[in-house]
Amino acid sequence: MTTREYMLGNVAIARGLLEGGVQVATGYPGTPSSEIIDTLAARKERDYHIEWSVNEKVAMEVAVGAAWAGVRSVVTMKHVGLNVAADPFMTLAYAGTKGGLIAIVADDPSCHSSQNEQDTRRYAQFALVPCFDPSTPQEAKDMLPYAFEFSEQFEIPVIFRPTTRISHGKSDIELGEIPTEKSAPHFEKLLDRWVMLPKNARPRHTHLLAIQQPMEDALAESPWNSLELKPDATFGVIGAGIASVYAKEALQELGLEASFLKIGTYPVPKKLILELLETVNSVLIFEELEPVVEEQVKMIAQEAGLPVYIMGKTGGFVPREGELDISAFLEALNKAFDLDVEPEKGTISLELAPRPPGLCAGCSHRATFYSMRKVFGKDAIYPSDIGCYTLGIQTGTVETTLCMGSSISIASGLYHAGEKRPICCSIGDSTFFHTGMNSLLNAVFNKANITVTILDNRITAMTGHQPNPGVGFTVTGEPTVEVSLAELCRAMGAGSVVVVDPYNLEEIQEAFKAAKDFEGTAVVIAKKPCVISVKRAGTRRLPYIVDPEKCEGCKQCVKFGCPAIEFDEENKCAVITALCSGCGVCAQICKFDAIKEVKR
Amino acid sequence: MSQIEGEKKLDLLITGVGGQGAILASDIIGKAAVISGLSIRAAETHGMAQRGGSVVNHIRLGANLGSMIPKKGADVLLALEPMEAVRYLDFLKDGGVIVVNTQPIVPVTVTSGLAKYPDIQEILDVLSEKYIVKAFNADELAAEAGSRLAMNVAMVGAVSGYLPIPKEILIESVKALVPQKTIEINVRAFEMGRRKVEES
Repeated sequence: MTTREYMLGNVAIARGLLEGGVQVATGYPGTPSSEIIDTLAARKERDYHIEWSVNEKVAMEVAVGAAWAGVRSVVTMKHVGLNVAADPFMTLAYAGTKGGLIAIVADDPSCHSSQNEQDTRRYAQFALVPCFDPSTPQEAKDMLPYAFEFSEQFEIPVIFRPTTRISHGKSDIELGEIPTEKSAPHFEKLLDRWVMLPKNARPRHTHLLAIQQPMEDALAESPWNSLELKPDATFGVIGAGIASVYAKEALQELGLEASFLKIGTYPVPKKLILELLETVNSVLIFEELEPVVEEQVKMIAQEAGLPVYIMGKTGGFVPREGELDISAFLEALNKAFDLDVEPEKGTISLELAPRPPGLCAGCSHRATFYSMRKVFGKDAIYPSDIGCYTLGIQTGTVETTLCMGSSISIASGLYHAGEKRPICCSIGDSTFFHTGMNSLLNAVFNKANITVTILDNRITAMTGHQPNPGVGFTVTGEPTVEVSLAELCRAMGAGSVVVVDPYNLEEIQEAFKAAKDFEGTAVVIAKKPCVISVKRAGTRRLPYIVDPEKCEGCKQCVKFGCPAIEFDEENKCAVITALCSGCGVCAQICKFDAIKEVKR
Repeated sequence: MSQIEGEKKLDLLITGVGGQGAILASDIIGKAAVISGLSIRAAETHGMAQRGGSVVNHIRLGANLGSMIPKKGADVLLALEPMEAVRYLDFLKDGGVIVVNTQPIVPVTVTSGLAKYPDIQEILDVLSEKYIVKAFNADELAAEAGSRLAMNVAMVGAVSGYLPIPKEILIESVKALVPQKTIEINVRAFEMGRRKVEES
């Protein structure tokens, strides 16, 4: 009797970790990876340690510590998180592990919710570490216990790389058993493994190179790679990860006879590739983002002296950017064979209004940005960071976004370059704890004359409301130390630190004026819980309403950009809709006293 | 089971605005599919795009491979908002069915004067040229059922007649997924939505 459940890909991944006997799970939130830790934390019975760490590097190192104690650990992050964790990761490949260690690094082809679309398989190549690339949520779940076993067999960390369509796909999932027995922790003092002095690192590098072939051989035999040779086919398709299911479906629909190699692991199964190349004249390689498989196929063909025509990113058959789908496969086939399988295109054209995501009604970031702009003016420079507030780009106070924590350092660089205009940067609470702290320390140390605004909405909002060190509770809701941002900034030497309520326009604007005039690094902490948290906590603030008698139709409140404020063109009057969350900022903006709180 | 799946293949696209409950709508259908023994693949919009942005969910009943519906592959389009029905028309088959809520949500680009919201009647006229359109105001219908928040469930009811899943199983799934206190309202909204399309 099997159990099937309808699950989100990330929930299936969490399940796979449980079925693999995970004992320590860490991570830093980032779309599309966040729900893995959220799911593990929400379980009532937990026989594992779980945490949101302060950043990916720290999360990775905690997982390493656990794996060195001989237990199975996992660290989760989005693709760019591995850039932060790359330092421990690259050397960990040399040192290896005892307990199984899986780094789940979720890629985001098409940048649905990311600043770039880097391909994590390149990191696996770079670090000489194996990588698992699931093609469906079911396979993702099933791969994880195997990945733990594999990691322990070769004493090496492994990368597990879902993409957005795996992590945020849903599927009926057949569940497996969750083991009850787990390893007891024991840290063995293997100094030649755990102390990466040059004299230890050199032989470990040699060892890492030596296990490449055995790892490749083992992976080639795994269920994650499969070769179907069609007896009369002269054409082959190689599909990697999720792209393989798009290719498979298109081939089935077309009824095309092609040999098919599905790849789900790296290093790629050279044996299977060679077997395919020996039977076909041409091969189309279908993989998202980088030509990782394709480069290997070319090398294998050349080494074996096989005159196979290889198509993929080479020749422009498959795009190297964005996510793929069935249409992309049809286009590639079309280019390759001049087939009449042009993907269908829709025809109706009606001018539509764009609907970009934006800050919520009553979001405190909007209020902070409004006051910031009011005080610093349009000439000032506004570096910003990564979080919901990046959506504040419409307010004219988000002028740079590079990576987590970069706002303060970029502001410093602008200042040291000799910019004479005022510089005011913004960064969220979680992003500040993540890597912004280092930047503030550096700004103070090197005397950057800038204003740093910490948008403290008391949660990591964008990724789904995960706790951070400032909120006073852990991932499981357990109370913990509530780290004071103000004390932290003062301890790091910031000359002026104030905490203000962004809903109080007078108060925050006074604070911004003082910060602007301050010689040195000034910090303004705009502290207000996220409106979504407030709503979830059951707090209902009274909404506001426009008095049409008093409204002059000046549109100052409309320009504030709150989605709850519309303008009635007929009556030349502002209207507040049911979206109002009762922040009261518009009432302070109105010069005619036309906006009032609804009486109970 | 594979035989049943072969007969019961259906690709459904759900579109709307972040915050309207598109994910709950697809979960109701997804859970019901699993209960009735159908395989299912779905793809959702999470993260940044959710904050009031345009969202689209793919649901593939009886599917075993990928979760993404190909262009012109969807049999049915369920639009929780009228302009969002048009935005993803590329995915709908010629002659496909559109079940659409006529209650608009005006985006900030329109309130701030950067863009115009198309006329609702014009949207429906254009849609009707090539597709079978079932349009009604689901926000009002949900309000009648007891709460405007049940709009998404009313829309699931409205599209339910096109799904290869028995009505009773869908209702069972509604009961399992909505907050305990709102079960009655949501079941009523489902029934009213279903009747609205049956009678049209």
